[in-house]
Amino acid sequence: MIYDIVIYVGSAMLLLGSLFGLLAAIGVLRLPDLATRAHAASKAGVIGAGLALFTVALVAFDAVIAVRALLGITFLLITTPLAAHLLVRAGYRTDEKMRIYLTLDERQPKSKSPL
Amino acid sequence: MSAAEVLGWSSLIALVVLGLALLLSAVRIILGPTLSDRVLALDLMSVLATGFIATLAVRTGRYLYLDIALGLALLGFLATIALARYILSRIPTDQQLQPERRVHDL
Repeated sequence: MIYDIVIYVGSAMLLLGSLFGLLAAIGVLRLPDLATRAHAASKAGVIGAGLALFTVALVAFDAVIAVRALLGITFLLITTPLAAHLLVRAGYRTDEKMRIYLTLDERQPKSKSPL
Repeated sequence: MSAAEVLGWSSLIALVVLGLALLLSAVRIILGPTLSDRVLALDLMSVLATGFIATLAVRTGRYLYLDIALGLALLGFLATIALARYILSRIPTDQQLQPERRVHDL
């Protein structure tokens, strides 16, 4: 009985996670510039993969596998925002077209010279 | 329907939806106007592939796939970091800029 309930919850988590992954991909495809795309990819994407890993932790009924899956979720939660931040920082420094969409740019270059 | 059947169908649907998401991020890699957009879509692709392999582990019942998913997440993170450092290194060097505008001032 309790096994059935856990498996139903895991199925729901799996469907929800895949929908979040699709949402992240649509966001990366449709949003206008690098900063908003990174926002979609690093939030929705990590929830999509994290819910799939959480389903593994639920459905396996094995403490070793569950701990490994939870460690994987923690790893994703730490590294994905870090990578997106570094990438947007690099894009901001090298690409002037990215600044068109910024409403507030606190690090405006003082002169007109290219970066 | 039994619980195992529900899990089988939902994991199948999740595999299809994640495959669609992988295709959409591949479209962004092809289109992407700048190199940063392409690397971002590649990062999203590696995260989605992690979820895909985890779903595959649930569907087949072989939890050895979980280790592959974690290794892929690690590899994707390191690749994104390396490519971001590469993009940063393409800033013009100090000799090409005016002396008052060094790279570390930007």
